[in-house]
Amino acid sequence: MKPEANSSPWNRRDFPEAAREALAAEPLPTAPFEHSQTRRNVRHATDIIQAKRNAVVAELPEWQALRSAGAAIRAHTLEHLDHYLLEFEANCVRRGGHVHWAADAADARRLVLEILAPHAPREVIKIKTMTSEEIGLNACLEEHGIHPVETDLAELIIQLGHDRPSHFVVPALHKSRGQIRDLFASAMHRPELTDSPEELAAAARSYLRQKFLTTPVAISGANFLLADTGGVCIVESEGNGRMCLTLPDVLVTVVGIEKVLPCFQDLEVFLQTLPRSATGERMNPYNSIWSGTPAGDGPREFHVILLDNGRSPILADAESRQTLRCIRCAACLNACPVYHQTGGHAYESVYAGPIGAILTPQLHAMHDAQSLPYASSLCGACYEVCPVEINIPEVLIHLRSQVVQQQQSTLTGSLGLWNIAMKSAAFLMQDGGRLGAAVRLAQTAQAPLVSRNGFIEWMPGPLSGWTKTRDLPALPAESFRAWWRRTRSAQPATPAASEPHHE
Amino acid sequence: MNNQIQPGDSRQRILARIAASLGRDPAIAAASAAYAVLPRHYRATAATPPAQSISRFLDRLHEYNAACVRVASEAGIAAAIAAVLAARSQSGLAVVSGIPPAWLPPGFNFPLANPLTAEELDRQPGILTACAVAIAETGSLVLQSGPRQGLRLHTLVPDHHLCIVFESQLVATVPEAFPRLDPNLPTTFISGPSATADIEMTRIKGVHGPRSLHVLLVAD
Repeated sequence: MKPEANSSPWNRRDFPEAAREALAAEPLPTAPFEHSQTRRNVRHATDIIQAKRNAVVAELPEWQALRSAGAAIRAHTLEHLDHYLLEFEANCVRRGGHVHWAADAADARRLVLEILAPHAPREVIKIKTMTSEEIGLNACLEEHGIHPVETDLAELIIQLGHDRPSHFVVPALHKSRGQIRDLFASAMHRPELTDSPEELAAAARSYLRQKFLTTPVAISGANFLLADTGGVCIVESEGNGRMCLTLPDVLVTVVGIEKVLPCFQDLEVFLQTLPRSATGERMNPYNSIWSGTPAGDGPREFHVILLDNGRSPILADAESRQTLRCIRCAACLNACPVYHQTGGHAYESVYAGPIGAILTPQLHAMHDAQSLPYASSLCGACYEVCPVEINIPEVLIHLRSQVVQQQQSTLTGSLGLWNIAMKSAAFLMQDGGRLGAAVRLAQTAQAPLVSRNGFIEWMPGPLSGWTKTRDLPALPAESFRAWWRRTRSAQPATPAASEPHHE
Repeated sequence: MNNQIQPGDSRQRILARIAASLGRDPAIAAASAAYAVLPRHYRATAATPPAQSISRFLDRLHEYNAACVRVASEAGIAAAIAAVLAARSQSGLAVVSGIPPAWLPPGFNFPLANPLTAEELDRQPGILTACAVAIAETGSLVLQSGPRQGLRLHTLVPDHHLCIVFESQLVATVPEAFPRLDPNLPTTFISGPSATADIEMTRIKGVHGPRSLHVLLVAD
């Protein structure tokens, strides 16, 4: 199941290419200022969130117990996912909600359009939702003459700037206040605005207030679905979410099938771990929980679209299934040294950072985004901060081996330079005689490449990829194996003889 | 595999794919047994002395930039509300249904919020409610739709929220709050005034929800 490419606003270049642009030491002529500014903004923001997160996690003595409980609840839910989805559906419907199932992105977009059709809205208000980004909903709505209004401050910044989110908790963290000021001043016709964050937030408040009071249809994602009550939980800061959830007549919630929890009471774990991990707060300003269409309170018509879009096949792999435990806190992005350097756009994916590096290729059945499992140094910082104990480095390695196997299974892949090099290396290293012969050959062959300083600074053809950024020490005239034979072969190498003696 | 999808097919397809991926028939009986033995070694209750919870709650509210006034008894609520309104030069507050008349001081307007539309609420200077439970550890007020707590939009549209919390409603930790909630009612956790950190990670008070939050903590 390969979702069609044109549904995504993402280009899907390989990570190294996109990262090189983000990191460009000599800024690209296209946007020299933007790049260095973006990197400064990303570092500033991730440093602040990391510090806050570490402080509020350290003050909870039971943090490890909460992590383990969260991991166990999420793992259990995934093992019984069909059961809990059916329980959620039955309870949501019993309370007046409508539940729809979307096998893929096209299915989800068609459902949204069908639900909206009888209301013929010209505009809809939206809460920040990653599933909407995943299915390319905004572009689809625009095509059908419906203008989506993003109401989250960061999403509004992204929308007004025709930009892409670079982080899934703080989507506009790559923008500075000056850049935001310029965007708002022109889009809201407010030339007098300064770059004070208070003033910019107030501008967003007055810009959106009338929309909240008059727009009859809203679209949201969800943080959690609750099977036992048919409930939906949305966690937010600004109150734009509450506006969209309570004021319109019609609410459509698009949510991944993996977001379900067994019980209302399970929130006692996740409402502790999610805010602390996501924004470094003990609790975010607002959490909303409701089920169906409660009498006289909130929308009269409520639809949940359960989105699969490549999730259910991930359950089949016991090792990488843990990817679906994710509660989208983005702590792994903030902790990741690679994300810290490149920012989110280099991942060319709706889901950036370490979790994106394992989730995105799997959502595409490993047919796409194959460079992402390599976008990591495997340092393990992501695993350490994950509030549901997803062992991201383990999954990364697992996926790398899948990428290799997949490449080997094709003719071009099996004849590829990399595969031949690795196969040859395996052949040489299996046998001491072969390795010795290869080393002797290399000792002679390297001579024209070795510089005066004893290093190889340039290699020809595909090998130049290595020497472009580092020097390679030349092979010594005598290999270790040759030295051992020369100095030790006469004497028996007993442990007693070879161990140093301490006087 | 990806032919034209017929409406209604997707449900069967997704459930079949999940079952196939998990490699078993839907094990409905097993789910509840496995759920019952999940490890939960975090604090479900904390033996926190009430005085400690109160001081923690006050600290948290202060950090959120929410004002808190302590009131010695229920009889003192009216005077405390009058003082808050006078300090803000505010002519009154909308009140949700079920608020006892004895809480309302004379000389101010207290229109009932329930019949008001969202546009009308937007013109109200503030809203008065009670709550279901409050959490010291996180400085949270939890409201559930109904008498004294109003509907969800009541504590959202007006720019000022004044909330009455009785000390007996205050619990120390998040897990202690859950047994006191009705899982079937619309529920809102409110932790400080609406805020955002979307601009350079600076926490700014007040975006779309109430920009001012007042708590009256009443001994009982």
